[in-house]
Amino acid sequence: MDLLEYQGKQLFARHGVPVPSGAPATTVEEAVAAADEIGYPCVVKAQVQIGGRGKAGGIKVAKDRAEAEEHAKAILGMDIKGHTVHEVWIEAASDIAAEYYASIVFDRSAKRPLVMLSTQGGMDIEEVAERDPTAIARLHVDPLLGFQDFHARRLAFEAGVDADVVRPIGALLNKLYDAFVGEEAMLVEVNPLIVTTDRKVAALDAKVTLDDNSLFRHPDNASLRNVAAEDPQEQMARERDLTFVKLDGNVGILGNGAGLVMSTLDVVAQAGGQPANFLDAGGGSRAEAITQAVEVILSNENVTAVLFNIFGGITRCDEVARGLIEAFNQINPQVPFVVRLDGTNDVEGRQLLADANLPNVHTESTMLGAAKKVVELAG
Amino acid sequence: MAILVTNETKLCVSGITGREGTFHTLNNKNYGTDVVSGVTPGKGGQDVEGIPVFNTFHDAVAETGANTAMIFVPPRFAADSILEAEDAGISLIVAITEGIPAHDELRVYNHLARNPDVRLVGPNCPGILSPGKANVGIIPAAFFSEGNVGVVSRSGTLTYQIGNELAQAGFGNSTIVGIGGDPVPGSSFVDILAEFEADPETELIVMAGEIGGSAEEEAAEFIAANVSKPVVAYIAGFTAPPGKTMGHAGAIVSGTAGTAKAKAEALEANGVRVGRTPTEVAEIAAEIAGALRTA
Repeated sequence: MDLLEYQGKQLFARHGVPVPSGAPATTVEEAVAAADEIGYPCVVKAQVQIGGRGKAGGIKVAKDRAEAEEHAKAILGMDIKGHTVHEVWIEAASDIAAEYYASIVFDRSAKRPLVMLSTQGGMDIEEVAERDPTAIARLHVDPLLGFQDFHARRLAFEAGVDADVVRPIGALLNKLYDAFVGEEAMLVEVNPLIVTTDRKVAALDAKVTLDDNSLFRHPDNASLRNVAAEDPQEQMARERDLTFVKLDGNVGILGNGAGLVMSTLDVVAQAGGQPANFLDAGGGSRAEAITQAVEVILSNENVTAVLFNIFGGITRCDEVARGLIEAFNQINPQVPFVVRLDGTNDVEGRQLLADANLPNVHTESTMLGAAKKVVELAG
Repeated sequence: MAILVTNETKLCVSGITGREGTFHTLNNKNYGTDVVSGVTPGKGGQDVEGIPVFNTFHDAVAETGANTAMIFVPPRFAADSILEAEDAGISLIVAITEGIPAHDELRVYNHLARNPDVRLVGPNCPGILSPGKANVGIIPAAFFSEGNVGVVSRSGTLTYQIGNELAQAGFGNSTIVGIGGDPVPGSSFVDILAEFEADPETELIVMAGEIGGSAEEEAAEFIAANVSKPVVAYIAGFTAPPGKTMGHAGAIVSGTAGTAKAKAEALEANGVRVGRTPTEVAEIAAEIAGALRTA
């Protein structure tokens, strides 16, 4: 789960990572009130989950109330690379002497957190890495040992930070690591990490990605989900506990098991089709889950045909057939379905479908055959 | 021979008294696996159709000599159960549970790595099946028979699909290992490939990967340097958009890293043929097997 900048900063603040003061706002009135409270100059910052806000005009300094109002009006509702700005963050302006970079990444290859620090902040870190890899100090932390002071010093000296801020940067990294572990993040990135003119350090930006599997034990974090920015279909799926990803095409897809569903998407694409979605109905899918899944898939008007690709291990094909029949009773779909049922109780499942004689439902016995058929029908 | 799960397996199931736990434990037992005990704190002294239940792994191992554990408890308890099994001296831990927090997996992995006598497979995996010998997990054993093809996969049902295509082409399996779809699996492709390479019963290896991480790329390099037996691969997720988790917690393309294309290319560059569909995997395997016989 990705957090907005201000949510990341509030998370940082809980762990003692220094951040400039600020307040969120969803209307111009709120923004102006916040700006008055924080004082001038302040910065009006668009809160969207995409980079390049500054270039798009989504970050503006306000030197007085009139400018705060003007910027809030311009930025709220703005489209930044396909994302609509629903919220802004009003922040106290900082006197920046230097812009550094710091991040902690869940490195699944090394199976340890990777901590990075560079004095070349305020720009695209991938460009820095390409141009001069030695500009980024990196080290892995043993999760059973934790982040130690010596880690901080190694990074700070290797990155070449200003001598007088070695300790404060180290302390900030320590607290960032606390946040990374304590909140179960997959990524925390601070770009820029600023040194102010009075030689203090602070996180001027915050990019935080949390582990979805950890949210059950962090209810506060779970409630931060940015529902306003969520696709309505994905929201519908999430509310029904379905694993669903929306795509651009017109062939609706349902399968049992993430790997099998990914494979189905690939095979449909190879057959010349364009998948409309990924949907994993999960192991042991019961009829009700299937019905709900069909509902979600068909809520996308672009869908012109649907493929059910089931290889039942634990999942029973007769249950899937019942679910499909029930879905047809409830929803009365207007698009053709191609159903491939294989595995546990496949004979019973196919018999149930044959007996139900559902309109425009075609059965295929192989995955390849089913993919070709659905592409043909989708048009 | 088979790997990991064999006739010597003595299985203890954590979560044996839960609905799913009981169902799959009995399936495994009916298949012929030697299920010696289960662990459910507070239900020590009970039994599940004759299988004794203990309060702790310590007791279960002491009383029944279990050497393999299957973890079937919910995510919030699973990491602790894995650590408990290791502490009790279990040498193979198969974690079926999906949804374990990544940081738990990180700590478990790093702790277990310090013990050369324990192997973890999973989490979020369907388990390990050695046809004709034993089944630990939820792989539907009826589809598979004994043979010389080793299978290692990050997926569950995709494995059954590929396995079914192989079976229809006349192949049997030495062992099918599900390493799971999580970001920090206890065993990687490399770990299992090494086992298959050392197993006399395995003559051909099929590996099924997917987007996310770099396990397939690492496997590609390992195969070129260390694996003499032929390997056929399949990679799922060519159509997956970046930044979206496709079901499995570990199946996500981050920026440009972890794409299906990069994985397929890395494998092909190291002499591994990659089937574009599950059916093609079986066709390539048949081709290779034919070549092996005439060689």
